[in-house]
Amino acid sequence: MSYLIGEQLTGGYGGPDIIRECTVSVDQGEIVVVVGPNGAGKSTAMKALLGMLDLREGRVLLDGQDISALSPQQRVAKGMAFVPQNQNVFVTMTVEENLEMGAYLRRDDITETMEQVFELFPVLKTKRRQIAGELSGGQRQQVAVGRALMTKPTVLMLDEPTAGVSPMVMDELFDRIIEIKRTGIAILMVEQNARQALNIADRGFVLVTGENRFSDTGEALLANEEVRKSFLGG
Amino acid sequence: MEYSTDLLNALVLISNYVLIPALSYGSQLALGAVGVTLVFGILRFANFAHGEMMAFGCMATIFITWWFQSMGISSGVFPTALLALPFAILITALLAVAIDRSIFSFYRIHKSRPVTFVVASVGVMFMLNGLVRILIGTDEIIFRDGQKFLIKAGVFKKMTGLSEGLALKQTQVLTFVLAVIAVLALFWFLQRTRTGKAMRAFSDNEDLALLSGINPERVVLVTWIIAASLATLAGVLYGLDKSFKPMVYFHLLLPIFAAAIVGGIGQPLGAILGGYIVAFSEITATYAFKKFFKYLAPGDFVPDGLAQLLTTEYKFAVSFFILVLVLLVRPTGILRGRVL
Repeated sequence: MSYLIGEQLTGGYGGPDIIRECTVSVDQGEIVVVVGPNGAGKSTAMKALLGMLDLREGRVLLDGQDISALSPQQRVAKGMAFVPQNQNVFVTMTVEENLEMGAYLRRDDITETMEQVFELFPVLKTKRRQIAGELSGGQRQQVAVGRALMTKPTVLMLDEPTAGVSPMVMDELFDRIIEIKRTGIAILMVEQNARQALNIADRGFVLVTGENRFSDTGEALLANEEVRKSFLGG
Repeated sequence: MEYSTDLLNALVLISNYVLIPALSYGSQLALGAVGVTLVFGILRFANFAHGEMMAFGCMATIFITWWFQSMGISSGVFPTALLALPFAILITALLAVAIDRSIFSFYRIHKSRPVTFVVASVGVMFMLNGLVRILIGTDEIIFRDGQKFLIKAGVFKKMTGLSEGLALKQTQVLTFVLAVIAVLALFWFLQRTRTGKAMRAFSDNEDLALLSGINPERVVLVTWIIAASLATLAGVLYGLDKSFKPMVYFHLLLPIFAAAIVGGIGQPLGAILGGYIVAFSEITATYAFKKFFKYLAPGDFVPDGLAQLLTTEYKFAVSFFILVLVLLVRPTGILRGRVL
């Protein structure tokens, strides 16, 4: 059984169901990518895992424990970290303060974790006193991922981390995400850049209109004729 | 030689009637505006009850001052109100938290729109307004005691031999010094402490703050305590410097809002800047410069009129003018705050 599982998730934002019997899972030390066309409910599925959505059916299991009744904050305290797609840094605060706020729930010494984040993203160390709002798009994404890592999470969820960054920055960011995976963290990622994302993924889920269409290893999905034609542009 | 004396006289004149009063009035406005801006930054609504919170804080101070005086407690050359201030701050903070728990928290739970909060705060304003009148009445109250002047105009004239006198009231110096201390303490709190940083984070990006595990109710609680403390301090300093009249605090709401918006709403530093800008504009625009020009102009030239832009009755028009100008030209304010 996987470390984090969303089972048969059905629900929406109060109106009609956006996801239907959608199942997503990720294991520790694994990158799982959720791809699909616009409006397929990819981000919604991820938000459902974090508890930001009213679920009508289904349940969320973390390390075998049913966490469906917990609030997003409680799930963060349980080791789930989330990087939203937009507005994912505190733009009026310095890089260092952003990281400190990420560790807000922790009462122990955070300097070691901060050093690890700076090791992962060296540019942040040189800009630690700079206001996050003044950084470039790629650097902001690094701050956003760094902030999420400050809780020492067991699961890292990223909502389109490469949206709006250049292809070079995207490759760089994916390399870092692979490095994070090697530390044993479970990584779940929603991506528009499906081909590149599936390249680094261990497994992938293709969602269409809120339902699972394909679930396989990243490699197999890339090789699948139908997936390629419909979702990867040939 | 004679011209340099004229120059000094002009300088003293302008210090006495414009610079010093504007500095102390500006400090009072700044303290009020910082409170408005903090509440806006965290709770995301313009709190119309802030002026009445100042009146309530000042009223509480007056009652405690009277009680202290009746027991023979005083602080020598300083006003007894300074001793009463910490207790009044405690009472006002409790009131602010009680109002939040009983009124504003309801709208937070229901995720009401900001305009609903604003209207609720207008209701709170009228309620507090009535409460203060019932408790202390509507008369003007002077509760200043201790030494009134640090420098008296007559003594200054004798010392310097100038024909213009410079009077420095103790309350003016107190206002400035206490405002600087309060603002430094506030900035230290916001920049250096865990709770202060959490408040800034919450003001910056509420969703991300929640995702980081910041407790919103605690942030709101601390915000009200700080806002009530600043309101009490501002109210008491204004009351000491001039006098306590319940209606005055209602009128003060306009220059305070102008200050907060001019500086950039949600930006504490901007609110301070705005406070001084509004105060200096108000006093400069309503001061009669006739004598000033007489000293500075060459020869025996004397302006025909008073050389006064507006009579003092129109001083609130200055706040209005600045407010409209800023909203037209730079709606985010000087330091780029939010747009109301």
